[in-house]
This record gives sequence, C-alpha cells and structure tokens, in this order.
Amino acid sequence: MVPQEHYLVLSAILFAIGATGVLVRRNAIVIFMCIELMLNAVNISLVAFSKQLNSMDGQVFVFFIMTVAAAEAAIGLAIMVSLFRNKETLNVDEINLMKW
Amino acid sequence: MINFAWLIPLLPTLAAIINGLFGRKYMRHHYSDYIATGAVMTSFLISLIIFFEVVSGSKLNVNYWDWIVSGDLHISFGFLIDPLTAIMLLVVTGISSLVHLYSIGYMHDDDGYYRFFTYLSMFTVSMLILIMGNNYLLMFFGWEGVGLCSYLLIGFWFEKKSAGDAAKKAFVTNRVGDLGFVLGLFLLISQFGTLDYAQVFQLAPTHLTTGVATAITLLLFIGATAKSAQIPLYTWLPDAMEGPTPVSALIHAATMVTAGVYMVARSHVIYSMAPTTMEIIAVVGALTALFAATIAIAQNDIKRIVAYSTVSQLGYMFMGLGLGAYTAGVYHLFTHAFFKACLFLGCGSVIHALSGEQDIRRMGGLFPHIKLTAITFLIAALANAGIFPFAGFFSKDEILWAAFSGGHYVIWGIGATAAFCSAFYMFRLWFVAFTGKSRVDHHVAHHIHESPSVMTGPLVLLAFLAATVGALALPPGNGFIHHFLGNVFGHPEHNVTGIAAELFHKFAALASGEPTAHGHLLEYFMMLVSLGIALSGIGLAYLMYYKKIEALNPETLSKRFRIVHQTLLNKYWVDELYDFLFVNPTKKAGTELWEFDGKVVDGAVNGTSWIVLIKAEITNFLDKYVVDGTVNGLALLVDIKSRVLRRMQTGDAQNYALVMLLGVVFIMGVYYFY
Repeated sequence: MVPQEHYLVLSAILFAIGATGVLVRRNAIVIFMCIELMLNAVNISLVAFSKQLNSMDGQVFVFFIMTVAAAEAAIGLAIMVSLFRNKETLNVDEINLMKW
Repeated sequence: MINFAWLIPLLPTLAAIINGLFGRKYMRHHYSDYIATGAVMTSFLISLIIFFEVVSGSKLNVNYWDWIVSGDLHISFGFLIDPLTAIMLLVVTGISSLVHLYSIGYMHDDDGYYRFFTYLSMFTVSMLILIMGNNYLLMFFGWEGVGLCSYLLIGFWFEKKSAGDAAKKAFVTNRVGDLGFVLGLFLLISQFGTLDYAQVFQLAPTHLTTGVATAITLLLFIGATAKSAQIPLYTWLPDAMEGPTPVSALIHAATMVTAGVYMVARSHVIYSMAPTTMEIIAVVGALTALFAATIAIAQNDIKRIVAYSTVSQLGYMFMGLGLGAYTAGVYHLFTHAFFKACLFLGCGSVIHALSGEQDIRRMGGLFPHIKLTAITFLIAALANAGIFPFAGFFSKDEILWAAFSGGHYVIWGIGATAAFCSAFYMFRLWFVAFTGKSRVDHHVAHHIHESPSVMTGPLVLLAFLAATVGALALPPGNGFIHHFLGNVFGHPEHNVTGIAAELFHKFAALASGEPTAHGHLLEYFMMLVSLGIALSGIGLAYLMYYKKIEALNPETLSKRFRIVHQTLLNKYWVDELYDFLFVNPTKKAGTELWEFDGKVVDGAVNGTSWIVLIKAEITNFLDKYVVDGTVNGLALLVDIKSRVLRRMQTGDAQNYALVMLLGVVFIMGVYYFY
C-alpha cells in the first residue's frame, strides 16, 4: 500500500516541473506539453484524494479535466499551426503582440 | 325672404373680397363698380322685401353658429331683425346703394377706383353687421368695423397730409369712445353673463340696480359720443371732410354716425332704467345741437357747414332719445339720412362742377348753371331747416315737442335756438353759393357743368325722399312710423304727438265740425313758434345774403361782433383746446418717454450688457487658465505615470505567467503563515 504522501509529492513534483517548463521554455509546443504535464499532475492528486476519501467525485473531475485537455489540445495545436504559418516561428519571445 | 337675411351682409362682403383681391390686377377700370354697386343694390332689394315682411309682422332672431365659447360665456353669431333693424337696414342699404351709384360718377378718374369701392363695400358690411347682430359683441364688431373703414376712407387720399391727419384723428377719437363701450360690455357680461339682446333685456328689469344701469348706460354712451360725434368727442367729424365727398355722405347719413343712435335705441330697456343717464344724454344732445349749429354759421367750407349740420342734427337725435322719445329719435335718424345724404351728394356735385372748389365765398350765382343740383339742394336744405311739409319738420318737431311736453323747457329752448341756427346756416349756404353774383375764379368759371346723370339721379331720388318720407309720420303721433317702431319701444302712455299732430287733429276736428278739445291752443301756438323760428332763420339769411340789406351786411356785422365771429369761425377753439389739453401733453409725454427710453432704459440695457461682457471676460480667463489648466494638468500627470507603468506590459506571456505564479505563491504563503 503506497502511502498518500507519495502520490501528493509526485503530483507536486510533476506540477513544479510543468510550471517551470511553462515559464522557461521558448518553444510553444514544449510549453504546451508542460501545461499538459501540470494538468496531469493535478489529476494524480485528485485520484489520490478520491481513493483516500473513498469518493468518486475526484475521479469524475479527472474525466472532465481530460476532456477539456483534449479539446484544448485540438484548439491549441490549431492556433500553433496558424501561428507558424504567419510568423514562421514558434519562439514565444518573438510572439509579443500584446506589448504596448 | 326674412330667412335669407344673411344674404344682406354677405353680398357686399363678397364684392369687397373680389374687388380687394383682384381689383388692382384683373379688373379693368370699370368692373369693380358693377360688382360693388350690384351687390349693395341687391342687398337693398332684399332689405326692402324684408322690411315689408317685418311690417306684416315677421321677426327674426337666429343664431347661425357659436362664435365664442369661453367658460360660461357663450356668444353666437346671429342676426336679429325687428322693426328697428328693418328700418335701419333700409337706411343703410338704401343710402349706400345711392352713394355707390353716385361714386361711379364722382370717383371716375381716381386711380384708387377699385380700392374705393372695396372700402365702401366693407363700410356697408360693417354697418350691416352692427345693426343686424343679435348681441352686443356683434354690434361691437360692426362698431369697430365702421371705425376702421372710416379711417381708411377719410384717409383715402393719403398722399395729402391733412387727409392722413384727419383719418388718424377720427380713429383715435373713436378709440377713446370705444374704451367706454368695451367697459360697458364688460359690465354687462359681469352682470348677466351674456351679451345676447333678448336675454339681457329680459333679465335687465329684475337683475339691474339703478346704479349699475347708470354705469352701463353711461359707458356705452361714451362710445356713442365718439361714434355719433357728440360733445365732447365730436371734433373728428368735421375733419372727416378730407375724405372723398361720397364717403362723407355715407358716414353722415348711413353707415357711421347713426351707430350711436341705434345703439342707444337698441338698449332702450337699460337706458330707461337709468334716469340720470337719460338726463345727461338729453343735455349733451341739446348742447351739441346748439354748439354745432352756431359753429356752422361762421364756416365757409361748403362741406364743413354740412358736417357741422350733421353734428347738430345728431344732437337732436340724442336729445330725443334722452327724453325717452325713442321713436322720434330714430325717426329723425331716418329722415336725416335722406336729406343729409342729399346735401352731401349735392356738395359733391357742386365741388365736381367747380373743379374742386369748396369755399362758398368763391362760389355764387351757380343756380343757372347747375339747376338740378341747386333744386335738390334746396329741398334738402328745407328739410334740414325743418319747414313743413318736408321730412325734417315732422321728426324735429316731435323731438322738440317731447322736450316741451315733458317739461324740459330749457332743453326745448336750446333746441329751438339750434333750429333757428340750422335754418339760418343752411340758407346762408344756399344763398351764398347758388344766388347772387358769381365770384367763381374765371379759370374755373367757363367749364362749370352739371354732373352726369349717374350723380344727379341719386340726388333727385334723395330729394324726393327728403320731401316725402315725412308722410310716414302721418297721421301725426299715430302714424305708420309710430306703430311700427312702437313694436320695439312700446307705445308711451303720454302721447308724444308733436305739434304736427295737433295741427292735424285740429284740421280733422274743423273738417268734421267737432268742437276743438281744450288745451290744444298751446300746442297750436307752439307749432307756429317752431315753424316761425325756422322761417325767421331763413328770412334772416334771405335778408343778409340775398337782399344784402345794408344794416345786416355780414362784413360789418362780423367786424362789429369780432369776438363772436372769431369764436365761431374758429369753432370755439375746441380743437386748439383739445390740442392743448390732451394732444400736446400726450405728444410731449410720448417724447419724454422716448427720451427716458433712450437714456435710462437703453442706458440700463447697455450697462447691463457691458457688465455681462466684463463678467464674460473674467469667466473666459478662469475657464482658460484654471479649469482648462486643471484638466490638462491631470491629463499630463496621467500621461507621465503611464509612461512608467506601461513598461510592465512586456507582451511576453511567460512574464505574465511568472507574475501570476508569484502571486499565487504569495497568497498561499500569506494563507499558510497567518
């Protein structure tokens, strides 16, 4: 029986890796994958809590998150395709249209 | 036919509209006269038919539509035709027709031909509405209408300054009277809540105290003094001679000055309730009669003499009304209309013959040249002087007898003196103008000519009527006119018969061989006195101006009684007095007010504007530097701050994400440690 803390620590580590990736990587696709990593880190902790509390609520949440992540992946990749077509790069430093 | 009474004013209205709108452009010289004359003559025919229907007992009192509805006050546009209106209709439309006809000849060469006929028609319409209306407001409408039309017609030759002045004088004088009239109307409304004749006269005996009745009647009478040229507001009428002569005839005989007499006669129910007013009217009438008659003696302008004669005769009418002899007053109005119209049109004919000469001193010996005019003029003059059996005799006699039999001996005395003067001035005029040696300017002399038949025709007709309408009062005191108007005024208990009546009864008694009743000797004597007075007036004129007796040489007399002559010649200086008392002070007050306006009011206005300007300058300065400064300063501040702050907007999504993460960590830290 793996103790609860292990799941949570794993989840926190994965989340931190994801967050760091989002902040420091320059390639948009990698950032995107890091976001997926953060989502799945959260999923792990939700499933862990679900099991500990003997409640299905957490797992239902997970399904929702996976659905949203799938949709997000579809849209996100589409945005990236069109971004690449316009800019010919996926370097986020060069994509700064929101600047003043 | 009486139900078609509305046609009477409508036809001349249409004529006036057609002539007024299209006369100048579309009518060649001589169509306006056909339209106007035709319209008014048709009206006359309708009036004549209606008159006979009224004689046989018809009566009309109909409201056509609601004219003014305001709160409780309802005023209808409606006509009333009773014997009084019927007889006035005859006078107005009859005289007006003849004047129209005469004007075709008289105004022949005038440029304002169509304009003249437009005004004439309007004048007639106004008077018709005045006499036909069945309430006081409609009467007032006509009252103002004749005032306006008289202004337009007196000032017809407005290029002449004197004509313009006379028109203004007439208008302003009438305005003074109108004020009284309007106040009277207000008082009537406040008392009865209606202006309808039938209702007012029905309510009057029960609703009116003597005091209020006196106030109403006096106020209305003030209106009448202006419109009918009584003391003190008569001065406009002689000046009104500046208008074309047919207009004078119309004003004097039919459409204007009779309005006041009609008004008093129409309101006799109220007047009878106010003995004080009646007294005042009688006295004013008598004084006017004498006053104007004496002025007429010394005048030299042919139209002016006749004008003062009108004032004097109107005085008689009011005397009669004031004495309660309404029938006599209205009857005198009726007879006067014919002989005065004849006199004026005669004057016009003379002036026409003499190419515009109006001064009788430059006439003389006209009889052989213009026989028809001279004879008709003579007949009218006899009627005016009150010689049996001409029309004026009967009516004037009844008025004088009303005074005498009522015990008003002073009024009778004044009236009799005025009668003497009337006879004298009329025949002074006639003898000086038509007989003796010609004093006509020799440039004018060789084309003296009788007027065309379109002018002499009316003269002859009027002279005929002036000679014969007296028959309506036969048998005296009990004649057609007395019964006819008695329907309106009631048959008086004391028999205001007149001297002629006594004469008639006397003859009747003699003829039938009955013994004469007692007390008739006095009346018989009075008749002789009356006729004697008139005849002596004529006689005096005959001696002075025809026989030219040395003892009665007018030149010498006027030198000897210089003061009297000058006083009369200058019309008692009444005009000068009014100028001094009212006109000049008003003008002066006007000038002073103007100066006050110019200096004080304008000064205040300009000063205020100056202050506003200064204030505006200050405000402008404040706005520019303080308010704008504040606004711009704030904007500048924001600008500077934003220059710093916008550095934070890197546009780099990862930067933002980092900030968000730090924020979350911070919040979590706070949450964890506290």
